[in-house]
Amino acid sequence: MIDWSFLAFIVFATIAIIGSLMVILQKTPVSSAFSLVLVFFSFAGLYAILGAHFIAALQILVYTGAIMVLFVFVIMLLGQDEKTSDLKESSFLFKGVTTLGALGLLSVLLLATLDAHEITAKGEYTEEKIKLMGGNLQAISEVLFKDYVFHFELVSFLILGSIVATVALAKRKNTYSGEYHE
Amino acid sequence: MNEPWMMLVVSCAVVLIGLMGVIFRQSLLVVLMSVELMLNAVNLSFVTFSKMHNSLDGQIAVLFVMTVAAAESAVGLGLVIALFRTLKTADSDQIQMLRD
Repeated sequence: MIDWSFLAFIVFATIAIIGSLMVILQKTPVSSAFSLVLVFFSFAGLYAILGAHFIAALQILVYTGAIMVLFVFVIMLLGQDEKTSDLKESSFLFKGVTTLGALGLLSVLLLATLDAHEITAKGEYTEEKIKLMGGNLQAISEVLFKDYVFHFELVSFLILGSIVATVALAKRKNTYSGEYHE
Repeated sequence: MNEPWMMLVVSCAVVLIGLMGVIFRQSLLVVLMSVELMLNAVNLSFVTFSKMHNSLDGQIAVLFVMTVAAAESAVGLGLVIALFRTLKTADSDQIQMLRD
C-alpha cells in the first residue's frame, strides 16, 4: 500500500521549493509572477494534505485569484517586462556573509523544529471531533465567530483603511485642486 | 502524514529563499513577491502546528495573515506605482532622495 499523502507531500514540497527558487532567480518579473502562482498552488496542496481544506481553498481564491492578478496588473502598468532587474551589485564578501547567515538561520530553525513533536499541550479539536462537527469549514467558522469575532471586525477596518490608502497613493497628483505642485 | 517536521523543513526553506530574494533583488516587484513567499511559508508552519496541537487557532491566524497580506500587497503595489510615477524606476537602489 503506497502512502498517497506522503507521495503528494513530496511532489508539492519539491514544486514549492523549486518554484520559490525560480521566483527569486528569474530575470523578468512576469516569469517570477508565474513561478509564484506555481508556489501558491503547491502550498494549497500542502494545506489540503494537512487537513485544512478551507485554508487550501482560500489560498487559491485569495492568493492566485486576487493577489497575483494585482501583481500582473502592476507589471503591465509599469511596463517592466524587459530584463532590467538584475541581482544587486554587491561585494563578494557581502554575498558570502549573507549566505552564511542564511544557512546559520536555517540550521537554527531546523534545530528548533526537529524536536517540536514533543508537544504535550493538546487541544480539543481532534480529527474525529472535526469530522463529527461536520467538517473543517464548520469547525473553523464556529471558532472564528465565537472566540475571534472581535478580531474579525478589526480586520475589516484594516481592509477599509488599506483601500483608502491605496486609492490615495495611486491617484494622480495633478487632479488635485489644491496647492500641491511637483 | 504523521511527520510534521518535514512540513516545517519546507516552511524554513521557503522563508529563507524569500529572505534571500528580499536582500538580493533590486526590482521592488520581486521584493514584494518574496515578502508574499515568506508570509506563505509562515502560514504553512501555522497550519502544521495547529494540526500538531489538535487546535484550530493556527488556522484562524492563517485567515488573518492572509487578509493582512492582501492589504499589504495592495498598499505596497500602490507605493511602487507612485514611486514609478515620480522616479521613472522601480529599482530599490535608485531610490536615494534622502542621501542627496
